[in-house]
Amino acid sequence: MVRDAGLSALVALGLFSSMIGVRMTQGDDGMTLTGRGGALAAVVAAVFVGRLIMLAWRARRPAGTPSPKRVDAGLSRIGRYVAPVFLIAAIALPLYGGRYFLDTGILVLTYIMLGWGLSIVVGLAGLLDLGYVAFYAVGAYSYALLSTTYHLGFWTTLPIAGVLAAIWGIILGFPVLRLRGDYLAIVTLAFGEIIRVVLLNWTSLTGGPNGITDIPRPTLFGLKFNASGDADTFATYFGLDYSVTQRFVFLYYVILGLALLTNWVSLRLRRLPLGRAWEALREDEIACRALGINVTITKLTAFAIGAMFGGFAGAFFATRQAFISPESFNFAESAMVLAIVVLGGMGSQLGVALAALVMIGGSELFRDFAEYRMLIFGIGLVVMMVVRPRGLVSGRTPSIFLGKRKDIAADLVAQGRG
Amino acid sequence: MNNGAGVRVAYALQQIINGVTLGMIYGLIAVGYTMVYGIIGMINFAHGDIFMIGAFLSLMGLTVLSALGITSVPLALAITLIAACSIAALYGWSVERIAYRPLRGSFRMAPLISAIGMSIVLQNFVQVSQGARDLNLMPLIPGGLKVMEEDGFVVQLSWMQVAITITTLAMLGIFTWLVTKTPLGRSMRACEQDLKMATLLGIDTDRTISLTFVIGAALATVAGMMFLLYYGSINFYIGFSAGVKAFTAAVLGGVGSLPGAVLGGLAIGLIESLWSGYASVQYKNVAAFSVLVVVLIFMPSGLLGRADIEKV
Repeated sequence: MVRDAGLSALVALGLFSSMIGVRMTQGDDGMTLTGRGGALAAVVAAVFVGRLIMLAWRARRPAGTPSPKRVDAGLSRIGRYVAPVFLIAAIALPLYGGRYFLDTGILVLTYIMLGWGLSIVVGLAGLLDLGYVAFYAVGAYSYALLSTTYHLGFWTTLPIAGVLAAIWGIILGFPVLRLRGDYLAIVTLAFGEIIRVVLLNWTSLTGGPNGITDIPRPTLFGLKFNASGDADTFATYFGLDYSVTQRFVFLYYVILGLALLTNWVSLRLRRLPLGRAWEALREDEIACRALGINVTITKLTAFAIGAMFGGFAGAFFATRQAFISPESFNFAESAMVLAIVVLGGMGSQLGVALAALVMIGGSELFRDFAEYRMLIFGIGLVVMMVVRPRGLVSGRTPSIFLGKRKDIAADLVAQGRG
Repeated sequence: MNNGAGVRVAYALQQIINGVTLGMIYGLIAVGYTMVYGIIGMINFAHGDIFMIGAFLSLMGLTVLSALGITSVPLALAITLIAACSIAALYGWSVERIAYRPLRGSFRMAPLISAIGMSIVLQNFVQVSQGARDLNLMPLIPGGLKVMEEDGFVVQLSWMQVAITITTLAMLGIFTWLVTKTPLGRSMRACEQDLKMATLLGIDTDRTISLTFVIGAALATVAGMMFLLYYGSINFYIGFSAGVKAFTAAVLGGVGSLPGAVLGGLAIGLIESLWSGYASVQYKNVAAFSVLVVVLIFMPSGLLGRADIEKV
């Protein structure tokens, strides 16, 4: 055991002695090298200890026991009580939260919504979409352009943004959905890049790298949220003193509503024949085809509906920030949403919400470690796939059942034991 | 550019020379993709980042050697190449061991997500450990050949470009020989055809797959070093677009075919360079990525590949 850990440490030494042990800095007169022996030693020691702990853990439990099943059942039982508690907490948050708290809440909810939207594509239909942020961008730019050019309001533009994103989903999806899963992944990745490059360079329309500024804020039945004191502001109409918090509370409830709408729609869709076809498609595409399911149309609807919710979230993002630029829509964002979906357990609504809360809320808490954020997400993805490939909360209730409903662990479904 | 046919020909020639050079680099990366995809049927998303790490290791090696006072360029290049290739090969091996091997036999999306995770890890690891700024290298192989001159427009073929082309073709030759003629190559091809059957026949599939990753990583490092020497500037993000383009090259050439990978790389390099030369530099990635989409739709088995029939 110690020998194995020692070997791992040796490999780590080989890997990291260059990249961690030496730091290259570009100076005016060439490159300077700085040694970092301490950091190197720390990382190698961490690998050694980590490997030891891992081996000890593995030796304690005999291999081959499908232990997670009981955990799954427990988790899904807890889930039944946790979800309402979370919902109540989410609704009540503006009552006791400050402005910073609300802002973080809005951010987390945006990612929850994106996660739920992508979960339709990845979790239900089993299509790996690495360019989801493209639809987010389409929604954001649709709202920004329509509102700054044609002065359309947020509530008019929101459905338009969703529809435009869905249309883009269909345009992209129609040709590529016949492809195998991993080809699809790389094509969506390429598509996300294409959209970003176009946004960056089509300066006359999108403002290029400067983005679009002064995007109008949303209104509540025509009531604005600003300090002007006009008759049509929220504060004047209700006879309140103006405070910025009002706008944040309003935005918070808007995104909460949108997120819950996403959740409700995807929960309902799962019970429709369409949703069941998605899940069947995820498990076995060839069997689906044999059963007469139109694979292309089924995939396309999943893609379009997922894209539509991405578009909604994008429009909200634009109105919240009042400023958008292509920088907000890079691959890291797609990867983050994907990480939320994967870590939450593909197809689990509660899991996605929890993952978004932990990841976005967590990275807000640990602001000082911002540069390590993506590194940790990446490690999280790998560890998750190796340890629990079907996600943290992977117990699923079958949408349709014979006799009585029973919870089955998702990893058994794949093997036909469900 | 509007002073006559001669200059236009010269301009086109220069673009083609640049495109071929670029294509050779892509082709070399694509070989790694195509070998891994051929054997275990997964896109090794982290491959582009291994290329990036290879470029960083090369830069580090060259800097260390010049600090040690080694002034002979060929010697420094040779030492760096060997050192960088071995360390990058260790990276390739570790990536496979940590992120892919435990997932063999898992559901089909798992290795893909794990690969994306690994790619994010490598990219951000380099960003954190070496900083996000561009790092530069003085040109080591200066000079070149004046191919033609027309009204003051000089068509240059630099020695670096010659070296890149020769290296890639040599590598292609060596690895084609390796795959077709050696026992290791035979095991690789057996794994490619049927992993389970290969295991039954006594082939150490884990070892074969590991070696494939090691070879792929070493090739990517050669490409990374050439990229560094050719462009003289690298950052942690170069692996992303180079990776996608090399993958496009692999698909275009036909997945599983080594000459196809280099051929696909050439095509992508030429498209990119001609597009930058005649249409717009900003949209060169769009052009290359669009090629990927078009190829996948109309020609999913590529130029030199076999049609892929899914069996139950």
